[in-house]
Amino acid sequence: MGELFAIAIGTVFINNFVLSQFLGICPFIGVSKKLDSVLGMGLAVIFVMTLSSMVTFFIYHSILVPFNLTYLKIIFFIIIIAALVQLVEIILKKQFPFLYNALGIYLPLITTNCAVLGVALINISKDYNFLNSVLSGFFGGISFLVALFLMSTIREKLEMANIPKAFKGIPIAFITAGLMALAFTAADKSILELFK
Amino acid sequence: MSDTDIKKYNYDSFKRGILKENPSFVLLLGMCPTLAVTTKVSNALGMGLAATIVLVFSNILISLLKDFIPDKVRIPAYVVIIASLVTVIDLLIQALLPALSAALGVFLPLIVVNCIILGRAEAFANKNKVLPSVLDAIGMGIGFTLALLILATVREFLGSLRFDFKDLGLFIIEFGNDAKIKILNTEIYGATKILTMPAGGFFVLGIILAVKQAYQNKKNGNNQG
Repeated sequence: MGELFAIAIGTVFINNFVLSQFLGICPFIGVSKKLDSVLGMGLAVIFVMTLSSMVTFFIYHSILVPFNLTYLKIIFFIIIIAALVQLVEIILKKQFPFLYNALGIYLPLITTNCAVLGVALINISKDYNFLNSVLSGFFGGISFLVALFLMSTIREKLEMANIPKAFKGIPIAFITAGLMALAFTAADKSILELFK
Repeated sequence: MSDTDIKKYNYDSFKRGILKENPSFVLLLGMCPTLAVTTKVSNALGMGLAATIVLVFSNILISLLKDFIPDKVRIPAYVVIIASLVTVIDLLIQALLPALSAALGVFLPLIVVNCIILGRAEAFANKNKVLPSVLDAIGMGIGFTLALLILATVREFLGSLRFDFKDLGLFIIEFGNDAKIKILNTEIYGATKILTMPAGGFFVLGIILAVKQAYQNKKNGNNQG
């Protein structure tokens, strides 16, 4: 249980995908204007990231490694992710129309979200086992949702705030992200000691 | 189109990416590598050139293949083309410049999902002949590389007071000892470590974008008044 907490805290706060690893910045700036869209996007990313971590783990260790094709991993992974996104879209449309309506427009965007391909590649490069791969995918998605959620609530307030004209819009969003990243650096490895 | 028209069109395709539609500062595409690899000038240069090479070849291939790829599966087809090119570049850099490959880490394979490359394929290469596509790719590549270099120069100089080109097998330029810089016999404590941390990337980019916006506001104001 302690290890689970350590992985959760480590991925969500210490190595936050968006704020300390710079993965998924495009949706972070692009989609974070409204809270509704943030929840849709975040849930869709968690879903696809967990699934793709599972599938890429199996494909890598059961096909690419035995046949000595590991140098093709980039091509394989991006095709797997694109196919997975398509599959999820079809299943949701047929079986869970309410979820599809909520996530619908964000699903195609996920294929080009670098966090999803990033987590698959990081799992391989760090030699994670199956459980750790899935957990890092799941909590990676959560860390994305947390960053997006915080950002969107701040940006809603910024709309009303009186800020210099030059900083209106995107520039102040980046400054805000910088301050958030700074706050997240306060969470370092010493927090993990609490769970030992 | 007459000859001069074609020349002008080609020139415009080349020029567009550098300032008017700069991918990083104006279109805000490819933000992840823009922020992640700009802690060092050498990394920025490596990333910019790698992305430019991928962009040039993907534009060439896609503008040649545009009549053969069915419209419905064009995006997956582009992604496969780009992924193959990125694999080639990734392996080449791993073999020739292992230190650079280690420094860029996961962001080298992530060129696949860099929106600039897919964006140019979809917006330009699949509607144009080979020559304008190549020029467009080179222009966009230069724009992207320049943006990365500007960010990296600010961050590395203020963050560590030196430029470290060791990853490219070159030299280190130092401006001060022990993170101090001496100007006219006055010692200034310089190295602002925060700029090489993730937060610094956001700050520097935010300030650059604000300067750009201030300049545009002023220009528009002058036009109206």
